Amino acid sequence: MIPISWYLLLGAILFIIGAAGVLLRRNVLIVLMSLELMLNSVNINLIAFGYEMNDPRGQIMAIFIIAITAAEVAIALGILVALLRNKQTLEVDDLNIMKG
Amino acid sequence: MEQEFFILLAFVATGTGLLVVVAKNPIHSALSLAACFVQIAALFVLLGSPFLAVIQIFVYVGAVMVLFLFVIMMLDVRKEARTRFIKKGAVPTFFVLLALAVEFYFLLAHSNRLHAVMAPQQLILDEPIKQLSLTLFRDFLLPFEMASVILLVALIGAVVLARSDESRKQKQQTTEEEAP
Repeated sequence: MIPISWYLLLGAILFIIGAAGVLLRRNVLIVLMSLELMLNSVNINLIAFGYEMNDPRGQIMAIFIIAITAAEVAIALGILVALLRNKQTLEVDDLNIMKG
Repeated sequence: MEQEFFILLAFVATGTGLLVVVAKNPIHSALSLAACFVQIAALFVLLGSPFLAVIQIFVYVGAVMVLFLFVIMMLDVRKEARTRFIKKGAVPTFFVLLALAVEFYFLLAHSNRLHAVMAPQQLILDEPIKQLSLTLFRDFLLPFEMASVILLVALIGAVVLARSDESRKQKQQTTEEEAP
């Protein structure tokens, strides 16, 4: 029997690693992959709580997160390809068309 | 026995997750992220949700990471491998990450409300996948349909975004030829 706090700790560690990737790396692709890692750590937490409380709704939230993530990745990579056709850079700092 | 498996999977997941952030080459990042997703799928099996494990492997490893790899192969990543890893203004970022870690630690270790929520309950679900599907298609039918609409919109949007503007250029050329 594994205590649920282990899963929560693993989820927190993976979330912090993903946040480090989003904040530290300047490559757009790696930023997107770190976002995936953060979403997955959230999934671990949801499923661990659902398992602990014997409630299938945790798994259902995880299913929805997976579906929305797939949509997000398709859109993000489409935007990336369209962006690289106009501007030859992968650095986040150089992508300042919107003056953000 | 379960605990040894959990420790093994958690260590490999953390290591590959670190490699995603640390690796210079985006292809190495993508492959180690795929490995991390497989470990997380195995953790889902330990958590008694085999359906989610299969979905994780299908969607993340099979679809998302392959899409990432295709995009990486379409681009020129050799130039990226030479860029500096950590830029100068990274010190505030480390403070943000440290604050996040401390916050998670206090939430997990010292929150009474979280520990009240985590009190174990007794009822045991039989046939978990049947329960899952009944809940999904009975109580969460509307969100399910909305997710399908979102996926359709994402499909159309990705096609429109990634389409080359050859047709637009041809149209412009024809109008320019007609103009004089």
